[in-house]
Amino acid sequence: MSSHYEAPIRKPLIIGDKNFHDVTVDVARPVEGRANRQWWIAFSIALAAFLWGVACVAYTVATGIGAWGLNKTIGWAWDITNFVWWVGIGHAGTLISAVLLLFRQKWRMAINRSAEAMTIFSVVQAGLFPVFHMGRPWLAFWVLPIPNQFGSLWVNFNSPLLWDVFAISTYLSVSLVFWWTGLLPDFAMLRDRALTPFTKRVYSILSFGWSGRAKDWQRFEEVSLVLAGLATPLVLSVHTIVSFDFATSVIPGWHTTILPPYFVAGAIFSGFAMVNTLLIIMRKVSNLEAYITIQHIELMNIIIMITGSIVGIAYITELFVAWYSGVEYEQYAFLNRATGPYWWSYWLMMTCNVISPQVMWFKKIRTSIMASFIISLVVNIGMWFERFVIIVTSLHRDYLPSSWTMFQPTFVDAGFYIGTIGFFFVLFLLYSRTFPVIAQAEVKSIMKSSSENYKRKRELEGDHGHGHDNHSTEHNHH
Amino acid sequence: MYTFSSRLKTFAVILMVLGILGIGYSFFTAPKTIEDVEKILKEQEDHHGGHGAASHHPDATAATTQEVHAPEANQKNATDHVIHDNQDHAENIEKHTTGSVDEPVTHNADTTQNMAADQDVHDNVAHTEMGQNHAADAHGHDAHAGETAEEHAAHAHEGHDAHADHAAHQKHLEHVLHQLQNKPWAAVYVACIFFMLISLGVLAFYAIQYAAQAGWSPMLFRVMEGITAYLLPGSIIFFVLLLCACFHIGHNGLFVWMDKDVVAHDHLIQGKSGYLNIPFFLIRAVIFLAGWNLYRFLSRRNSIANDDANDDSLYKKTFKMSAAFLVFFIVTESIMSWDWIMSVDPHWYSTLFGWYVFASFFVSGITTIAMITIYLKSKGYLEYVNTSHLHDLAKFMFGISIFWTYLWFSQFMLMWYANIPEEVTYFVTRIEKYNLPFFGMLAMNFVFPVLILLNTDFKRLTWIVVMAGIVILCGHYIDFFNMIMPATVGDQWFIGAGEIGAILFFLGLFIFVVFTALTKAPLMLKRNPYLEESKHFHY
Repeated sequence: MSSHYEAPIRKPLIIGDKNFHDVTVDVARPVEGRANRQWWIAFSIALAAFLWGVACVAYTVATGIGAWGLNKTIGWAWDITNFVWWVGIGHAGTLISAVLLLFRQKWRMAINRSAEAMTIFSVVQAGLFPVFHMGRPWLAFWVLPIPNQFGSLWVNFNSPLLWDVFAISTYLSVSLVFWWTGLLPDFAMLRDRALTPFTKRVYSILSFGWSGRAKDWQRFEEVSLVLAGLATPLVLSVHTIVSFDFATSVIPGWHTTILPPYFVAGAIFSGFAMVNTLLIIMRKVSNLEAYITIQHIELMNIIIMITGSIVGIAYITELFVAWYSGVEYEQYAFLNRATGPYWWSYWLMMTCNVISPQVMWFKKIRTSIMASFIISLVVNIGMWFERFVIIVTSLHRDYLPSSWTMFQPTFVDAGFYIGTIGFFFVLFLLYSRTFPVIAQAEVKSIMKSSSENYKRKRELEGDHGHGHDNHSTEHNHH
Repeated sequence: MYTFSSRLKTFAVILMVLGILGIGYSFFTAPKTIEDVEKILKEQEDHHGGHGAASHHPDATAATTQEVHAPEANQKNATDHVIHDNQDHAENIEKHTTGSVDEPVTHNADTTQNMAADQDVHDNVAHTEMGQNHAADAHGHDAHAGETAEEHAAHAHEGHDAHADHAAHQKHLEHVLHQLQNKPWAAVYVACIFFMLISLGVLAFYAIQYAAQAGWSPMLFRVMEGITAYLLPGSIIFFVLLLCACFHIGHNGLFVWMDKDVVAHDHLIQGKSGYLNIPFFLIRAVIFLAGWNLYRFLSRRNSIANDDANDDSLYKKTFKMSAAFLVFFIVTESIMSWDWIMSVDPHWYSTLFGWYVFASFFVSGITTIAMITIYLKSKGYLEYVNTSHLHDLAKFMFGISIFWTYLWFSQFMLMWYANIPEEVTYFVTRIEKYNLPFFGMLAMNFVFPVLILLNTDFKRLTWIVVMAGIVILCGHYIDFFNMIMPATVGDQWFIGAGEIGAILFFLGLFIFVVFTALTKAPLMLKRNPYLEESKHFHY
């Protein structure tokens, strides 16, 4: 795929004296072993939160949307905030698997599987909100252009909410296919190692009879590249379409052209923060520190820093243009954000999103696991508030002062949100015990160029100049 | 070492000479007085027959506006009339305040006027029948604000009044005079900023390659450094052009907000004068240009010094400097686009604009790298550059072309969708008066490169990449043309001696400077931590 020679200046991506077999064993261990106490505790908490969320949703559907804190002025608040937040989190998964693949970033290989899992699980959470924020969710199928008995009554294709339907469903399907294709060789590995007939059966079904022939690998690579090429514009367009929900409106604070790329940047920002949070824990509990190294965390931190800066520029641009536009509604919208009744949420957002990632400029901080973990949590809080600020502060005070109001969430709003967090972790915890959380096949492909022991060997043998030849012969030996 | 072939050098000099002749011709033939304009318009009318009369003759339009009541009449027709009516009206104010044609009066750009005009379509009845003051309209903060009720009443009746009719005609002529006087300036301005931003785009790409520790591109660093050599002369000429605009040298009225008389009657621009004022504008320009050139100078110096170094300390320095430059760049690039491009339409604003401009010149810069690499390779200079390097460049051309389109569409669609008058006027003007360039550039910047560069094999064929590159570069020139011209020359645009001359001159200068710079250092770095990777790069 890419050159076989690697500059000595590049740091190893696989540390410790790992060989091909070690990778297999390390990746299979969490799947083949038994869950420990902590896992069951975490799973129980997540399950409880999930069930509580189910109860809240059931209550909403049974009694009506009035159970939430929405009012006549603020028709969207936590529901859409959470929707956009979850979609945003999902974006880093595709970014890591698709965009980083296009840019030939070898470090993505240790983290792409979990990032994609995170995408799938968070898009599932996101998908709940558009359905259950409907007043009549049992008529949700009306959003689909299906021939029907109402004289073939169709949907209006002019609404960004309809575009959302297409965007999210396409995004989920493509991400799922992309993820599953990558899983085939790894499921095959688990199948071939299975100790019980039951697991053998399960992984045989999941791995679709993957036998790893040259032709299969060739097509596998081809399809990965094509899907990465499709997923990249998809990732941009999905969050762009989500941003259109606001930007196509005429609400001051919503109608601004920068929203599409700025939402995408924010999505990458929050998504990487979430990946960082999850992987910092996972590398520890699943003993994967040799694969998810400090360098991986540092690189994710750098992406968080870059996208955080892009988001910062967008904030400043919005502020400047609001002033520059000379439109008093627009000017007021931003004045209200900074000094109105929701000033605390605005400044919380600014602090978390603009200031906190800037500390990543210091190598000491971005290579500290503790600092990275804290900042990644802070960023996720900040990004939740970003969506909240955009949605609520623009709605609660707009053109007519007689319609100005406030928003107060109820326990049902909060319960639904907590429920999705619970659901997400239920899925993610199950995933981490049943799926190969590292794409072992891909990691093995960078073993010779980027693992610590091979790098050391090359240094000793001094074959930098003709790495290409040596490596192909080595390859034959194995 | 590369030697600048004498044939290419001669070619560059010929381009510059032809360019200067074209530019000189366009300045020389620009109308000096109202009489010249009258003659030009008469010729246009003769050429276009009835159509010309309908779109250029204010007497006819003014008269019909009074007769046709907008709500009942064909809406489009009414809009046209009102636009003209309004233009004349806006000029009335100028004439009233400045009193002299010879003064370098800048006047409201078409978009500004359209904006007022669009507002006026629905209040047209009230406006003409009651002689109401425009300042009382919804968007009275426009050019009309300074007017008195009497003037306005007189204006409202001008359609019926032979004397006022004549005055309106004079106003129209004066308006066209300013557009035609702006035309050669705008032609030079567009070409100048386009080539300067190409080299800035390459500089940004260079910095990104350094900061990203790319393993494929060090082989192309010297090519990129050669292209960025144009930044300094380009910046100097561009700064001189900005000075000409700031001090209204030679009837230069590219920036309406620099005209005190316009500002005096325009509340909207007055509200922006804390930002849009000449001293601050020039200070910003100096900081931006100096900052970019400083990074260019230091990174080039390090790059050459690194050839004879014993360790990677210079490389590390450039790495850090590149990261710092990228931060400076992302901030200054946004502000630059507001200052130098968006402010020609001082009533219009878009938050996306800075990033849109960036995508436009970034893809042009990458295309230029590809084309110069191909040229040098064809002359046998770049030994280690192979089709994989070309493939990567072509992928960037492809990808950033789509990115540009994404930003174009986001900006356009959101304004089209919401249809808020003060925003949408920008696109109304362009679609009505610049239809072919506006949609043509989409075909050139999106459809063509996407179709042709999708294929992997094609991305490795030099002639395909060159062909796509030429279309992309022409397309993005038209993109900049579409950003500047509607506000400065309005419907008087055409691509003539001035425009082509300016392109030729700057192209010649660009070739001359870039290829001269390429002779100053070996085309391959001697050392760089990723040099070996780049040499062995195969994809």
